[in-house]
Amino acid sequence: MIPILHPPLTRGRHGLCAVLALLLVSGLAPAQAGDHVQSPSTPAPPAYAAECGACHLAYPPGLLPAASWQGLMAGLPRHFGSDASLDEATTRQLADWLQANAATARRLREPPPQQRITQAAWFQRKHREVEPAVWRDPSVRSAANCAACHPGAARGRFSEHELRWPAALDARYRRDAD
Amino acid sequence: MKASLILKRPRLIFRSPCASRALVLAGALGMALVASGPARAADTSPAQQLARFEAAAGAPGVPERGRQFFADKHGGRWACASCHGERPLVPGQHASTGKAIEPLAPAANAQAFTSTAKVDKWFRRNCGDVLQRECSAAEKADVLAYLLSLKP
Repeated sequence: MIPILHPPLTRGRHGLCAVLALLLVSGLAPAQAGDHVQSPSTPAPPAYAAECGACHLAYPPGLLPAASWQGLMAGLPRHFGSDASLDEATTRQLADWLQANAATARRLREPPPQQRITQAAWFQRKHREVEPAVWRDPSVRSAANCAACHPGAARGRFSEHELRWPAALDARYRRDAD
Repeated sequence: MKASLILKRPRLIFRSPCASRALVLAGALGMALVASGPARAADTSPAQQLARFEAAAGAPGVPERGRQFFADKHGGRWACASCHGERPLVPGQHASTGKAIEPLAPAANAQAFTSTAKVDKWFRRNCGDVLQRECSAAEKADVLAYLLSLKP
């Protein structure tokens, strides 16, 4: 940022351009700041992708508050109808990492019903324009299938300017997104 | 004017050649670490696993019986095929979440059945999902015999 604020560049006509450039550049910056998903402070343990990313997206820990992760990790044998249990050491390692990197923002502090991200008020508000039929379409299958529309989901990137378009999202959605 | 300011920005960050080199080195190391992946105990092969289950069952695996077992819902909501597909030479899709699943047939996936720990874990979990019980050695032998019989 320092070069842009250098005195000759902030004078007169150049000043306006510099401010506009700054705004444009911050708009192009990584989307995390504006999309309420905190980045983890440490990388995920390899077990997270291997164990928690096999049947569904390895959800970024910033999508749920600590209380939700605690409940999920305590109930792995009854994980949404499946037995997802792990050995004690792996369970503790993953639980610690999830707790340490859970969402702390006020908007995400409320544990959603059944610890389901897709049942959280913020999720439903963000996706309020998506018709129910879209979730059931074979190209999407489930609201839990973030990656169907959000190619950067595993990395915590959910910007609506970085979407992909499965068959279920027809031309109307593409037009409205721009 | 706007465009040139933006284009200049990356270059100004890497003004120091030292910093640039350090960044490139870090990137290369990072990529190497990522490429090495989690510790994968490739300690077995599909053929060895078939032999193991056949020995435990005291009988050879039967591919046709395995095919039927794989496609059957066994009175529940899911079959093996619900997620893996009936002929898993192509990626499957999780029946609930839609997540892509690597092909299960060894002919389409060199990693399939190459880790004893993973074989045991996934048979335990997925037989539990489909049958609400563990699969017997004979059933595992049949399934493996079927999967090995699949060629593209």
